[in-house]
Order: sequence, then C-alpha cells, then structure tokens
Amino acid sequence: MDTFVNLTLNGLATGMMIFLVASGLSLIFGLMGVLNFAHGSIFMAGAYSGVWAYSKTQSFTLALLAGMAVGIVVGYLAELTTVRRVYGKPVAQVLITTGLMLVLNEVLKAVFGPNIIAVSVPPLLAGSWDLGGIIIVKYRIFTIIVGLVVAVAGHFILTRTRIGMIVRAGVQNQEMVQVLAINIRRTFSLVFVSGAALAALGGIMMAPALGAVNPNMGLENQMLAFIVVVIGGMGSFVGSALGGILVGLAGAYTAWVFPEASLAVNVILMAIVLLLKPNGLFGMGGGRNA
Amino acid sequence: MILSLAAVETFIGQFHILQDINLEVPEGGVTVILGRNGAGKTTTLRTIMGLTPPSRGSITYRGKSIKGLPPYAIARKGIGFIPEDQGIFTDLTVEENLLLSTRKKDDETKSRWHMVMDIFPDLKEKLKQKSGGLSGGQKQMLAIARTLLNDNQLLLIDEPSKGLAPIVVARLADVIRELKKHTTVVLVEQNFALALAVGERYIIIDDGSTVKSGVMSELGKNKELQRRYLGITAPSHGGKVV
Repeated sequence: MDTFVNLTLNGLATGMMIFLVASGLSLIFGLMGVLNFAHGSIFMAGAYSGVWAYSKTQSFTLALLAGMAVGIVVGYLAELTTVRRVYGKPVAQVLITTGLMLVLNEVLKAVFGPNIIAVSVPPLLAGSWDLGGIIIVKYRIFTIIVGLVVAVAGHFILTRTRIGMIVRAGVQNQEMVQVLAINIRRTFSLVFVSGAALAALGGIMMAPALGAVNPNMGLENQMLAFIVVVIGGMGSFVGSALGGILVGLAGAYTAWVFPEASLAVNVILMAIVLLLKPNGLFGMGGGRNA
Repeated sequence: MILSLAAVETFIGQFHILQDINLEVPEGGVTVILGRNGAGKTTTLRTIMGLTPPSRGSITYRGKSIKGLPPYAIARKGIGFIPEDQGIFTDLTVEENLLLSTRKKDDETKSRWHMVMDIFPDLKEKLKQKSGGLSGGQKQMLAIARTLLNDNQLLLIDEPSKGLAPIVVARLADVIRELKKHTTVVLVEQNFALALAVGERYIIIDDGSTVKSGVMSELGKNKELQRRYLGITAPSHGGKVV
C-alpha cells in the first residue's frame, strides 16, 4: 500500500510537471493550432535563465520571475518576427519554428555554455515528510500545487473572462471576431506570449527536480508536451492537466512493474485515447484557423 | 452619402472578382444589392468590410476613406456585418455571442441589451445554451441581435433569408423593417419578394460590375430588367414575402 501511495504521489507530481511544460503548448498548439517546434527551446531558455538567476540571487522566487520574463521576451520576439507570418500555414509553421528552435538552442549554448549546469532544490522546498512510511517529497507537493494553480487559473481565464471568450471565438472563426471590432491578431500575440511564459515556468520548475539543466532537455520534454496536449484534447486546458496526470501516473506505475516500458507507455496511452476519443479527452470538435 | 464605392476592383487569388463596382448608399433605409449567383454581391460586402481588400478604387464611409483598413478598424467606425453563414460562434453560448459583440459597458449598451431581448424573446430564453444548438432562424436572429448591441450606423447583411423556412422569412422581413428605424442597411438578397418588401433602393451587379441602380418600386414594375439581370420570369409573388 505504501508503495502504491508513493508511486501515485510521484506520478501526480511528474504529471503536474509535464503539465507545466505542456500548459503553454496547450494554448499555442491546442487552442491556436500553431505547430510550435520551438516550444522546447523557450522552455529551456526559461530553465537556463532561471537557474542563472537562482545562482546569482539564491532566491527561487526571483528565479521563477526571471525565467518567465525571459520566456515572455523570447515569445514576443518569436511571434513578432516569425510566427505571426505563418498563422494558418501548418507546413510553414513546422519549417519556421524548427529553424527557430535551432537558432534558439545555439543562442542558449553561446550564452550559457554547452555543459550541464547543476541546480539544487531551494532549501525551503528541500527534503521530505515521512508519514508512517510514506515518503512525501516537498518539492513534488510544491509542483502539484503550482500545476493545480496554473490549471485552475488557465481554465478560469479561458471560460470566465472576456479575453478567454475572444480566444475561444477566435479559434473558431478569426474573421468574424475581427468583424466584431476586435483585433484578433493582438489577442493571439498575447496568447502566444502567455504560452511562452508558461513554457519558461515549466522549465525553471523542472530544473531543480532534474537536478540540472542540459542542452537536450528542451527537445526531450517537447515531445512529451505534444503527447499530453493531444491526449487532453486540442483546445482544452483542463484536458492537458488531466493528460499530464495520466502520463505521469502511467509512467510511475509502469516504471515500477516494467521499467523498460516507462517511456513507451506514453505513446501507447496516446494511441488508446485517440482510438477511443479521436478529439482527445476534452477536445473541441471545431476547426481552428490560427 | 453614408457609403460610397467608386470603380472598386477586387481580386481573390488570381481571379478578378469585382471589376467596376460603383455604389452610393444614402443615410437611412435599405439598399438592396441584387444579381445572379456569382455576380460579386458577397465579395462587394466583404470588400467594404476589409475582409477581401480592394486592389483599386475608393471606398468612403461618411466622407472618409476606409480602404486598406483592417476589418476590426472598419467595424469600430460603426459598420456591422452579418455574413451569409451568420458567423455565429457555435462553441459559445448565446449570451457569450452577444457579450462578445458589445464594445462598451455603459447605460446605452444596457438599454440596447433590453431592446434586443424585447425584439428577440426566443434568444432571451436560450441565453445559457450553446448557440450551436439553435435553429437556422434563431441563428440568423442572434446574428442580427449582435449588431444591434452597438451603435452601428450601417449594417451589411448577406443573404439573411438563405435556407430559412417561409414563415421565418416573413419574421425576418419584420425584423429588417425594425432595423431600418435604427440604422442604414445594405442588403444582399436573392429572395426578390423579400428585397421588394423591405428595400427602398437597389443596385444590380453583373459579372463584377454595377449595371443598374435606382428605386426599388420601379424595379418591381420593370419585368425586362428582372428577367435580364435577375433571371426572374415568373411573377414575384406580387411583392408578398413568402
């Protein structure tokens, strides 16, 4: 029983971590339909700059803010210079964001160096609680809380605010939103930048859990994020959160029973979900045209 | 004139859809754009709205050029547009569709909201429902209601009667007559009886060019013009909206 609870907590924490990485992609790819292959690089930019800020200030709060600020700047520049020109053109999106990924990765290597940089969990969040044999790692609980806050806040903004209403309407019919006197391009720019900020948040949150940042972490986590968004359903923020949890739990349980299959299980899970629900768990049926 | 188009040309891809559109819309009343399928009526409305920008010619609204402006900027000047497919956001509720179109939160908007609810009682009962579940007629009413929530001084409506049952078309005619009290309307319509019932003026577009314009009641009597440009050979229901 202790093992099961431990595995479940680990799975939940990992799932929330994956969701934090995928939450930005849920906006950019899931809602706007933009195939952003530079998402992992923005995630990595957040991780590296956050780790750098943490090493300079020893404040994890400042590290989080710095990582997100870098994510916002990189996201804004990426949208302004490249992504804006390929809205509605999926093939061009793949090509141009792949190019952007290569450029960003090289820029990060030039700025921070090509080596692995170690990072420790902040003292306040380090260690664990022992509840009668059940070991609860503090940083994992922190991750679960941050993930839940992001999921609830994202869902609230999308479903209960005017900006969320504009985004949902714009996903369905951009042209008509403009006819209602709304500058949808500006709204989509804001959504893209928000997605980039969330990617960066995911990066800096994941760095202490991994114990280090490395130049390959972007690509490794990007594929997982795409899988989570597809499982959760395109356009659903809550779906992505649930997708993250499912992937996290499946990975944790499989790692216990059959460790060799712990990575393959993500793809198997995605295939099963898509076979049963082709739009994903909470996917919107409508088309998107960003 | 509230709206003027002079020698407007529009391309869609390589196709020269509008070749010479000239249109003068006076303030008040309904100006109907008529013509056969594919003549360029819908493209004319989309060109005015900035959705398919013109390559040549001038478009002025209240004496100022709106050519080249993005659609949202044109809409902010007080021009509303209801496309042929109504442009309803089916994943949003009826209330959200209406709220999305409001540009202010002042007392005037509140009174407009009450006015819309009075004109369209069906919508009032379905505010919390997803608009995708509305009937064709209800979607058309919702599309019109959206434009009434703002101080739009010019409404461009594209074939509102398309696909609607005759009884709904009759109701639509009443609604357009109500609209005339609040705003100037430019109406693209294939249903000649409806056009005759609500329109004051007309222009006929053929092959992307304006070929005739005048007073609607005169067009109602001119069978030759109806036959030649609109393909109408049978009596047009004596002007009765069906």
